Amino acid sequence: MMFHEEFECMPRPALEALQLKRLQATVARVHGNVPFYRESLAKAGIKPADINSLEDLQRIPFTTKQDMRDSYPYGLFAAPMEEIVRIHASSGTTGKPTVVGYTQKDISTWTELMARSFVAAGVHKGDIIHNAYGYGLFTGGLGAHYGAERLGASVIPISGGNTKRQIVIMKDFGSTVLTCTPSYSLYMAEAAREEGVDFRDLKLRVGIFGAEPWSETMRGEIEAKLNLAALDIYGLSEIMGPGVAIECIEAKHGLHIWEDHFIAEIIDPDTGKVLPEGEKGELVITTITKEGIPLLRYRTRDITSITREPCKCGRTHARIARMSGRSDDMLIIRGVNVFPSQIESILMRIEGVEPHYLLIVDRDGNLDTLEVQVEVDERIFSDEVKVLQALSKQIEKEIKDLLGVTCTVRLVEPKTIARSEGKAKRVNDKRKM
Amino acid sequence: MKVEQISIFIENKSGRLAEVTGILGEAGVNIRALSLADTSDFGILRLIVNDCEKAKQVLKERGFTVNKTEVVAVEVPDQPGGLSRILQVLDREKINVEYMYAFVERCGENAVIIFRFDETDKAIKALQDSSFNVLPGERLYSM
Repeated sequence: MMFHEEFECMPRPALEALQLKRLQATVARVHGNVPFYRESLAKAGIKPADINSLEDLQRIPFTTKQDMRDSYPYGLFAAPMEEIVRIHASSGTTGKPTVVGYTQKDISTWTELMARSFVAAGVHKGDIIHNAYGYGLFTGGLGAHYGAERLGASVIPISGGNTKRQIVIMKDFGSTVLTCTPSYSLYMAEAAREEGVDFRDLKLRVGIFGAEPWSETMRGEIEAKLNLAALDIYGLSEIMGPGVAIECIEAKHGLHIWEDHFIAEIIDPDTGKVLPEGEKGELVITTITKEGIPLLRYRTRDITSITREPCKCGRTHARIARMSGRSDDMLIIRGVNVFPSQIESILMRIEGVEPHYLLIVDRDGNLDTLEVQVEVDERIFSDEVKVLQALSKQIEKEIKDLLGVTCTVRLVEPKTIARSEGKAKRVNDKRKM
Repeated sequence: MKVEQISIFIENKSGRLAEVTGILGEAGVNIRALSLADTSDFGILRLIVNDCEKAKQVLKERGFTVNKTEVVAVEVPDQPGGLSRILQVLDREKINVEYMYAFVERCGENAVIIFRFDETDKAIKALQDSSFNVLPGERLYSM
């Protein structure tokens, strides 16, 4: 089943011709409306008229998350504010989020692509979609929600949290599709077991999981425990939100990236050179139909590879491999983006805490865990246990309040955290993907 | 009438306590009394030694986090009810005990209790007013 068969199965020459036409329009749009792009294109010696082939895209400079932060909040918008009908934001390193704006047409495109993604995952009208992605500034909840309605499915806007209630609702409402982060799905499985609910008695058929990296092993585990087909979905708010790419139910092998709206490149994260098909590198995406905040060659920092080999589902759109990591230091912990520098700035605000810390990320059962090791020096040390425990609690609370992620603080002796020349090792990610 | 105590932050891993006592031994520092408070992750070792400054210095040189605090040493008759009478005084005066530990004098009849109070001066006065023997630091250091 396909939602936009004409586009999804478009022969590649026609698809690439469409991409070029749309790329040219996008370059012209940002050149005209966004001072940042006018300058960066001028610096690179490119005029919109110079884009005559898809290869010409490689001459265009990258856009980075830092560029978005520098343009906070609306600097990269290519449409006047009165045309922006929705604003989303994702967490940023210094407390400032990355802000994106959607025009009516952008919302409509996103809705269509999300519906298209649902269909690729085997979801159809008549399905009851239990949408446990968070609703709010995060794009997950609303993105999936609109797509589900567009499809004509019944959507339960449950959002995240209150797992016991989620299980009751899934059972009583007869949910057939589950959308959430992969780790949360396994958490649900555990909670269900404790409640004496057997997933085999539920009607769930498909799970669409994204917003954090996961593995084939985890897929096996989810499918066994939740008794459904588990599919990987990819998206990021900067580009659109969920529905940029998804696995098809037919192949479950690589995520089709919707190339009539996005151009994907894989680059060497160190040199910026475009890598040949099949090689692993950083995913770079250019949006070619967005109005609110079109981005040229946005560096996603996600590591993957791309293939244009035909897929057995019949779609001609390229497939990207499951994300295998990130090229920067950003951590995704239970679906929340966490930068070590955010934790550092929280620690620095607490009197006496040294900026010597180590983040240990692990997976306990199915949930990501974060341990923050903090060195105890004389300024925070006390001969009373309760004072030190209160300090740990305070750090845990501030991290929870500001970053939305639960952690445990472990106080360690001074100089036990390795000091290295140059870039300090701040993160020990023990998760096995 | 206060006694100087050093406290040392120790992670819960094997050999750390031995390392501290080893460093002190090498430096010729004698431990008079000690207590160890522990949590699942770390411990706080509290020591009364014959040379507080030296102990602090050698431990700091070896990378330990060391603090100095003032505690109160009280002599109690080494017999049933001794400690109870002290605690009754403190309770009456609403003085909070943060923690305490005890040892028995080497060649005396009495036990010595080390107290850490939230209001040290008030506690000393209350104990003295009730005729308890609050020991000066020197007495302990040279014991």
